Amino acid sequence: MDMNQYLSMFIDESNDHLQSLNENMLQLEGSPEDLGIVQVIFRSAHTLKGMAATMGFEDLASLTHKMENVLDLVRNEKLKMQDFIFDTLFKSLDALETMVQDITEGGEGKADVSSIVASLQAIESGEWTGGTAPVAAVNQSPSTTTPSAVELDEFQYSVLDQSIAEGHRVLYIEVLVSEQSQLKGVRAYMVFDLLERSGEVVKSFPTVQDIEQEKFERSFSLYYITTKEAQELEKGIMSISEIESAKVIQLDQETLQQMTNQVAATAEVEAAPVPAPVVASPEPSSSSQEESKKPAATKAAAPKQAAAPSRTIRVDIERLDVLMNLFSELLIDRSRLEQLASETGNNDLSDTVAHLSRVSTDLQNIVLKLRMVPVDTVFNRFPRMIRDLAKTLDKKIDLVITGAETELDRTVIDEIGDPLVHLLRNAVDHGVESIAERVAAGKPEMGTVNLRAFHSGNHVFIEIEDDGKGIYRDNLLRTAVKRGVVTEEQGAKMSDDEVNQLLFAPGFSTADKISDISGRGVGLDVVKSKITSLGGNVTIHSTPGKGTNFSVQLPLTLSIIAAMLVRLGSEKYAVPLSSIVETAIVQREQVRNIHGNKMITFRESLIPYLSLSEVFGVPDFNDADEQETEIVVIRKGERLAAVAVEEFIGQSEIVLKSMGTYLPAIEGISGATILGDGQVALILDPNAFIK
Amino acid sequence: MEEELKVIVFKLGSEEYGIEVDKVQTIERMMPITRVPKTFSFVKGVINLRGVVIPVIDLRGRFALPETEYTDQTRIVIVGVEDMQVGFIVDSANDVIDIKRDAIDSPPEVVGGVKARYLRGVAKLEDARLLIMLNLNEVLNKSEIVQLESIEG
Repeated sequence: MDMNQYLSMFIDESNDHLQSLNENMLQLEGSPEDLGIVQVIFRSAHTLKGMAATMGFEDLASLTHKMENVLDLVRNEKLKMQDFIFDTLFKSLDALETMVQDITEGGEGKADVSSIVASLQAIESGEWTGGTAPVAAVNQSPSTTTPSAVELDEFQYSVLDQSIAEGHRVLYIEVLVSEQSQLKGVRAYMVFDLLERSGEVVKSFPTVQDIEQEKFERSFSLYYITTKEAQELEKGIMSISEIESAKVIQLDQETLQQMTNQVAATAEVEAAPVPAPVVASPEPSSSSQEESKKPAATKAAAPKQAAAPSRTIRVDIERLDVLMNLFSELLIDRSRLEQLASETGNNDLSDTVAHLSRVSTDLQNIVLKLRMVPVDTVFNRFPRMIRDLAKTLDKKIDLVITGAETELDRTVIDEIGDPLVHLLRNAVDHGVESIAERVAAGKPEMGTVNLRAFHSGNHVFIEIEDDGKGIYRDNLLRTAVKRGVVTEEQGAKMSDDEVNQLLFAPGFSTADKISDISGRGVGLDVVKSKITSLGGNVTIHSTPGKGTNFSVQLPLTLSIIAAMLVRLGSEKYAVPLSSIVETAIVQREQVRNIHGNKMITFRESLIPYLSLSEVFGVPDFNDADEQETEIVVIRKGERLAAVAVEEFIGQSEIVLKSMGTYLPAIEGISGATILGDGQVALILDPNAFIK
Repeated sequence: MEEELKVIVFKLGSEEYGIEVDKVQTIERMMPITRVPKTFSFVKGVINLRGVVIPVIDLRGRFALPETEYTDQTRIVIVGVEDMQVGFIVDSANDVIDIKRDAIDSPPEVVGGVKARYLRGVAKLEDARLLIMLNLNEVLNKSEIVQLESIEG
């Protein structure tokens, strides 16, 4: 079978599972006693193992398998989670991620994981601390041709051994359910039901629970103690419908021993420490029957749960791009139609166009949403990363994420991960101080790194703020001069903010010690250029002793936005609605001159007043000549500003158009759009007006 | 080899200029131009050319020739170089001619006030007209615009 068509699905799903594993492991670290989380982790690992095995990625499957073994011990309360186990499991997750990454890049997902496997095995066998070592392992594999091996622990082995000695029949039964069976779980239950009427199941593989939830392929096997004849049982099992075959082998002490030895000879050492005894008595007991029936009662519902189908489809991003472009064309025509309809005054035409507008607005919302992805898809791996970093650096750090639901265009999301990783590492390594330094500075031991995302205008801002030592101008300047980034004279003239931006200069490092966390400062300039290439920007604000704030501004790259159209003389401009707080009218005398800046009072606070006609040099309008001026109050984050215009035209959906590659970037203009009358209007970039 | 070249001919003042026909996308009559603030004086703004926003420059201004009023004859020649589209405002454009490649001589230092670097050469036409062939890559060279800006500023 050609697996390639499933490969992308496998990669996506593997990443999902790895993500959920990471998240749950972090959660578990917070509350190591919560076995519910262990169950969730175990299931994820199990699914991942199954998928990897199906796709033929054996290294991936075998590592997951080892993890699963350790998790199995934990969920059965045979092992307590401890730091060493967490670290090893986290390391395993990293290795798995690397493998999946390799597969994504066309590799075969191979990796040298021998040290991790060794650690996992040590945990499994209890050798890792010399502490409470579980009882030595016994592994059972009745026959090499058997697809599913049944592990027996020492206790179960001795039960079987004893039963044989006492003259009971010990049977090894392997049942194969028909391929056509829709109700494998039910058929299996019927087999168990039949068996438990006349004996006792000591051990089954997969576990009874898994079998009930249909978590088995087609076959299951079990050890069974009874007084009945093997042949009689075989006939009984075969009489259950949809059972394809039943192999019943009677074991004596010698064959039981043989099976054990066979496994011991194989290299794979699997451990199953002392379990809670299922049933001590070799005799069939009524209590054990009831016990196994209880979970069976819930079984009817289980298959339905497992069969819940996926309700999503994956679409090539390029198709969405084409859809978007086509829709943009449609929108321009719609604006034109609206204008024509209002000019001709034909009612039928107007009605139809109005309907068309409504439909296309709905369509537009859907098309836009298709491309948007919450930043959470990037943020979700950071808690894990910060945890590891903090551990390595011996710092205490609390990562506070806000606005993870903020949505960004898929193409931006794909690119922004690495720069953010770098900035976060930087904050943890260079920003937050060591515990001792923090205590000395009178700060709490636990450092805080805030990761915030929010919308503003056509942009999404992502801020990384730490409460660490901040940037000291003198230190930074001295380094900059030493590295030849600036001369002493240049540096002396620079404002604090300008000095801070020097961090992004190529070849810069302020850390006295070079660490492997955020490197030699080769990174920040790369971060800057990456963000710039995405059409964004990054700035630093810092208060010495209090902390540093890196603010990354990213374009939404939405090609359609809601905007307010305004007029200044003969010129029309579009202001993105998302950054408008409100519109108002101010009298000339309300505009005050404070320290050379024009300000107005707005809602009890002073905000800057900007004359757009002055900034853009509008030839046929000047707000200074007006007694009353319309203003648009715009916002960037928390800060507000008033922009004076001549007149509001109204609200409209506009299509963002690039102005081509010829014109250099113009401050205050983020692009152009085509209005209903065919004219081009420029789109304001409100963020450029608020510094 | 007698290689023929198809050339669009347009006028700035009394001079005739030529651009290879495959670099020219369309020739448009004058249309409303949206002014773009805070840019070079010869950038007249942007136009909507069938749904595409294209910057328009006054070629007179670009060559530091005196700019004139637009007339009925004024045309916008839309040229495309690589993925860049720009409109040139010219005094008139109404001819397509074939010239022989070897009829193009390397340019003299200054032709009609236009620096030689913007020129690919001068073609002598049969009726003794001179056709100045533009070097589009240089005309649209942005790094030079930045220099120009700093001189102006």
